[in-house]
Amino acid sequence: MTDLTTLGITAIRDGVRDGQFKAREVAEAFNAKVAGARALNAFLVETPDHALAAADAADAARAAGETLKPLAGVPIGMKDLFATKGVATTAASKILEGFVPPYESTVSQNLWNAGAGMLGKLNLDQFAMGSSNETSAFGNVISPWRRPNDTAPLAPGGSSGGSSTAVSAGLAPGATGTDTGGSIRQPAAFTGISGIKPTYGRCSRWGTIAFASSLDQAGPMARDVRDCAIMLEAMAGFDAKDATSLKLDVPNWEAALSADLKGKKVGVPKEYRVDGMPAEIEALWQQGIDWMRDAGAEIVEVSLPHTKYALPAYYIIAPAEASSNLARYDGVRYGLRDLPEGAGLQDMYAATRAAGFGDEVKRRILIGTYVLSAGFYDAYYTQAQKVRTLIARDFERAFGECDVLLTPTAPSAAFALGEKQADPLAMYLNDVFTVPASLAGLPAMSVPGGLDKDGLPLGLQIIGKALDEQGVLNASLAIEQRAGFTARPQAWW
Amino acid sequence: MSVDTATVKKIASLARIAITEEDATRLAPELGNILGWIEQLGEVDTQGVEPMTAVIPNQLRLRDDVVNDGGIRDLLMQNAPQAEHGFFTVPKVIE
Repeated sequence: MTDLTTLGITAIRDGVRDGQFKAREVAEAFNAKVAGARALNAFLVETPDHALAAADAADAARAAGETLKPLAGVPIGMKDLFATKGVATTAASKILEGFVPPYESTVSQNLWNAGAGMLGKLNLDQFAMGSSNETSAFGNVISPWRRPNDTAPLAPGGSSGGSSTAVSAGLAPGATGTDTGGSIRQPAAFTGISGIKPTYGRCSRWGTIAFASSLDQAGPMARDVRDCAIMLEAMAGFDAKDATSLKLDVPNWEAALSADLKGKKVGVPKEYRVDGMPAEIEALWQQGIDWMRDAGAEIVEVSLPHTKYALPAYYIIAPAEASSNLARYDGVRYGLRDLPEGAGLQDMYAATRAAGFGDEVKRRILIGTYVLSAGFYDAYYTQAQKVRTLIARDFERAFGECDVLLTPTAPSAAFALGEKQADPLAMYLNDVFTVPASLAGLPAMSVPGGLDKDGLPLGLQIIGKALDEQGVLNASLAIEQRAGFTARPQAWW
Repeated sequence: MSVDTATVKKIASLARIAITEEDATRLAPELGNILGWIEQLGEVDTQGVEPMTAVIPNQLRLRDDVVNDGGIRDLLMQNAPQAEHGFFTVPKVIE
């Protein structure tokens, strides 16, 4: 009998539907895998009973001859940024320790409605602020990947580092992620899996703990493009509870998957060829271009002239929105309260927030407070929003000449934990290729392209026009079929 | 861009985050570095450019002005660090 945890979402869904195995067997196999991988620290909460209950419902539906739901029998991991009713939700921050939401986020509810079960809540960078999962208040997530003959723990990427580790280590066939400036795509690239951030507004933000509301988007992380398409169909959809939710039908992305790119134009933005880009990343990008051509696409060079300003604009806009969103953590209604002896209300707020937020979260709140403060607002925030308009315009112009863009996902392979912690700016530069699409609200996906000289995964990114997730998925599928990426980390945990 | 400790303390106070003298000393150059790097945005000519307000064109919707939720006070109070008689409690504010 095959090890069911080697299967992806498609194979599990089809196998349960066709009676090759029971959903309960799948859930039990993954529950055991999760329990056996605690050394990776990917899960903050394990919920084996949730996975089993969903599996039993799938098995019962099949026994009764009912049509199975789209994710019946598929257990997934849930990033701990999504509020889950009755299950502790912390955003990996001490300030929310012990918080048990009395409500369910729309994205997680959509997944349960589609028949999925939950294996547990996944660790992340605190409030999704980070690129290495080192800012979690509950310990680093360790990547399942290692360099050869080296036990140094590597970063799984961030902020969705628990999600990337869980999928790449085979602890879950798929997991939810959220992406504000690259938090789905960069961890996917670091761990050799696929992940897509849809167009801003496709997935409801209701019940997702807010970081930067004009950028935050949920999306799936899974083993391949088809699995991502299936999962995204279940997650997306209009929600009246989110004012920025798009009132559009969810396309049947899986059914329309096609790796044939004949007649398509793939743009290669020249500004992404940054100084100091490792030769291996450059070579992989060229390989990607060749694969696109092989799939029938025409390659065109395009220009996105404001690319170099995307990252500094992001580091004004995201902290500004974060400083506002995180004002709600005041020690009054939920979460931590620190009340020093004899303290008044203002002191209680300040003490609670000092004790509850991690260093990176504080740093971003302070930056955000500074750029929004009287006298600085126009010079920083308004200017950044204008630059954001210019960046979106760059993309619009480029998409007049091509259908999708091809770039590397990250400027390097996974680095060692601790390697970039001393310098916040060096860490921010990880998002140099992912942030521009976030600022423009565009769909973008990372797919594994190959391995570097140390045997670590490297990802390629496809960026599409607004609402053209199909074009992004199809171009990604063309890469996937040609890359033939099958490398998996050897279990050492 | 240089940020002094007095500025750090002022921002921290606006953000309601208690910081020590050591925190301020450590944060001043860190924030100075980040803000210095951000300042390159000043180079961009944004004459006549509208600041972005909505990234994807979307319609603002109105909903019926009716109560569609509520009546779950006790459920919502369950996560309060301190609550009494159906109220959130805080340290005394009026002497």
